[in-house]
Amino acid sequence: MTLSVWALPSADMTTAQEKNELTQTPLLKIWVPWLGMGGCKLSCRRGSSVPQLTNSPTLIVMVGLPARGKTYISKKLSRYLNWIGVPTKVFNLGQYRREAVQSYKNFEFFRPDNEEAMQIRRACATNALKDVVIYFSKDHGQVAVFDATNTTRERRISIVSFSKEKGYKVFFVESICDDPDIIAQNITEVKVSSPDYVNCDKDEAQADFLKRIECYKQSYVPLDDEKDRHLSYIKIFNVGSRYLVNRVQDHIQSRIVYYLMNIHVTPRSIFLSRHGESELNLLGRIGGDSGLSPRGHKYATALGGFIKGQHIKDLKVWTSHMKRTIQTAEHLGIPYEQWKALNEIDAGVCEELTYEDIQENHPEEFALRDQDKYRYRYPNGESYEDLVHRLEPVIMELERQENVLVVCHQAVMRCLLAYLLDKTSDELPYLKCPLHTVLKLTPVAYGCRVEHICLNIEAVNTHRERPGNVDVTRDPEEALKTIPEHF
Amino acid sequence: MAERPSNSATPRELTQNPLKKIWMPLPCKNGLPEKHISQRKVCMTNCPTLIVTVGLPARGKTYISKKLTRYLNWIGVPTREFNVGQYRRECVKIYKSFEFFRPDNEEGLKIRQQCASAALNDVRQYLADGGQVAVFDATNTTRERRGTITAFAEQNGFKVFFVESVCEDPEVIAENIVQVKLGSPDYTNCNTEEAMEDFKKRIKCYENSYETLDEVLDRDLSYIKIMDVGRRYLVNQVQDHIQSRIVYYLMNIHITPRSIYLCRHGESDLNVKGCIGGDSGLSPRGKEFANYLGQFIQSQEISDLKVWTSQMKRTIQTAEAVSVPYEQWKALNEIDAGVCEEMMYEEIQQHYPLEFAMRDQDKYRYRYPKGESYEDLVQRLEPVIMELERQENILVVCHQAIMRCLLAYFLDKTAEELPYLKCPLHTVLKLTPVAYGCKVESIYLNVDAVNTHRDRPEVGIFTYLRC
Repeated sequence: MTLSVWALPSADMTTAQEKNELTQTPLLKIWVPWLGMGGCKLSCRRGSSVPQLTNSPTLIVMVGLPARGKTYISKKLSRYLNWIGVPTKVFNLGQYRREAVQSYKNFEFFRPDNEEAMQIRRACATNALKDVVIYFSKDHGQVAVFDATNTTRERRISIVSFSKEKGYKVFFVESICDDPDIIAQNITEVKVSSPDYVNCDKDEAQADFLKRIECYKQSYVPLDDEKDRHLSYIKIFNVGSRYLVNRVQDHIQSRIVYYLMNIHVTPRSIFLSRHGESELNLLGRIGGDSGLSPRGHKYATALGGFIKGQHIKDLKVWTSHMKRTIQTAEHLGIPYEQWKALNEIDAGVCEELTYEDIQENHPEEFALRDQDKYRYRYPNGESYEDLVHRLEPVIMELERQENVLVVCHQAVMRCLLAYLLDKTSDELPYLKCPLHTVLKLTPVAYGCRVEHICLNIEAVNTHRERPGNVDVTRDPEEALKTIPEHF
Repeated sequence: MAERPSNSATPRELTQNPLKKIWMPLPCKNGLPEKHISQRKVCMTNCPTLIVTVGLPARGKTYISKKLTRYLNWIGVPTREFNVGQYRRECVKIYKSFEFFRPDNEEGLKIRQQCASAALNDVRQYLADGGQVAVFDATNTTRERRGTITAFAEQNGFKVFFVESVCEDPEVIAENIVQVKLGSPDYTNCNTEEAMEDFKKRIKCYENSYETLDEVLDRDLSYIKIMDVGRRYLVNQVQDHIQSRIVYYLMNIHITPRSIYLCRHGESDLNVKGCIGGDSGLSPRGKEFANYLGQFIQSQEISDLKVWTSQMKRTIQTAEAVSVPYEQWKALNEIDAGVCEEMMYEEIQQHYPLEFAMRDQDKYRYRYPKGESYEDLVQRLEPVIMELERQENILVVCHQAIMRCLLAYFLDKTAEELPYLKCPLHTVLKLTPVAYGCKVESIYLNVDAVNTHRDRPEVGIFTYLRC
């Protein structure tokens, strides 16, 4: 190691004073320069717990024959990116086509020699890209997923030049699959029930769709190792047994690649539950690290019985580091793993207070929270936005896993549920996650089937709806209107 | 994993481990709580993993092995690398010339095979003794050799993951040779041209028998093929979590020359009082430092410098003086001292003597009540490290414990050393990757500040842990 002492050349020190003045934004608890005199010239990104992931908008372009999982990947990726705070939207060309051509007759529409259809399809692509431009420029979108076959080099070249012109980065995601079983399965799961086939029986639909695929096969040119070596892309082979990744340009593309490499399509179920009712729950107090109440123990036993009855293969059980989730898991008779990342939201100075206490001692904070519950950060504590970022590795591992039971907490469960059910950040903090209820989530088609299983053990209600008046000047009664009952 | 008989209906009592503040089930055995996974371990595999490098000489295999080992150890996965070249140097005391590596050199081949076996033996020992990942660093360029290794791994119940580096860019290869081969013990008595010539001939010895990992023939193996120093990757059959993390890491590192500047915020008002934690502003000397820092950074004339701060007032105030746009990371916030926040060490000793003693016993794993441990810090800093790897020139303005964690990663310090690394106020550390490690320059900006470093005390106060 080399050591040196650096001597300050004679320099102007007067600006030092102004530069160090900061003020803390009341809602997000972020320190920003005091915009006293003349404002701040620096373009610092404010108001978030994570830095920017990308500077220019990114256009993700799907590539692949029909029934290769492009729309599945598009929707899943878009759900993930939105959840981690990157505004993303899917532009599905099939939808544009369905709007242009009101009723679908048969596969002949997709024949390569069908000039009229070709014109319509080209027009649809142009319209979709126009909407992409609007999404980026007016709607503050950051990532657009262009979900279409894009199977010819010609089409891809035109997209690349379009993006270059507009200053968008392009990242291709190609799905290659030659396993007839997987393709048949895809067709059954999502194509047969598509609006295109609403008047056909299952076999007709299947047969027509296979012919549709044939129409694309002849002109399909996959991304080429040599010719496309300057493009940024990931090629996914046979639902993830192999990947080829070329020229990842930036952080968001790196995250996208990591995500795509961790998802799978093996059938499985995710069980979400809160800990059993806790001592502090009974008293209407938030946070803390208390143990289960007698009813909480009853629930945990019932949960154990329920899980046994489900006969789940190779179930993994995850808890937080907090006593109440671990006590709950102890009743299950299954090995469990503790994740600190699953700990309940840190309420900072409001830990272990009742809502009445918070209203009395921190009325302004209480109001700010109601104004923007997702971004509001407790003093010396966390926000839902912070939670999402600490839960991201949990989500990544959930994607890798198969059957999992997560025993967690109200705010944490809301975040996980929002990811799995594609809820917005506005909806997330108000999702209903009552005590003593298990949610069983099973991925199906493009989404998730949800079963609510209430185990019929009484518990207090801990859900607080947004009150009508969120102004900091409101009366205490207005603030406390929606508080759930407690002992 | 907390094992328990399946027909047992009564849940076990919980007790909170006093050091790590982890809730663990009783009963105790021999006066100690049952072994339990108290912290989620990164490696969710039950069996150890053998990482096997593949590639011609000077393709970065040792660079990758060392870097990967450093990363895995830092995130808490016990990892060690086994470099066959080192075994060979121990066996054949003096290296004469490339002729040793000629494919028709029977004696040479025998020795090399023995060295590989010796290394694998040590691998077996390491993984049986608590190691979780072993990196077998050798050329492994023939299918036959890889088959032997796979068989060895199967026999011992290890998972295998290959990391192949393929590169045909003569400039990159020449640069590698200059950076790490010329200075190798093999070439201590040669001049640059001689060494370069000999090494090139050495590479040729391997070229004819080189069988790259094949998409078809090796489709059942788990591997990543890195092409052209990261322009392209081929990833095949990732089996589990740890392999997925390894792939992600390998895909984020680069070798573009750059420097990482680490410093703490300027001296804060709470620093002056001798209190830990909190969210106070800069003291007058701290503000002076911030200004000096701005001048220093300007004088370095760094291209495209990124600046990161935490979300605490003191780092942001410091960065404001640098006049470069900065980004705030919550993950860079100082360690949460929980109930001890804003206390002086004397106060902690007074109010929480047991806690104070336990911290000195195991400062890395010790978690403040309602706060964090260094171990927790490392986990929350992992995305920061990942992004640091992706970046180029960067200045990180952070805090004492944070800086210790980051420094431990870059300088390959153990968990025992980490909490005692010296990170004084008003000093910038400039880290520049070179060869297999990091060059460190420490620049003191000549503004006085209090000393906030507390060494491990000479005599520990031991407490008897009861369950």
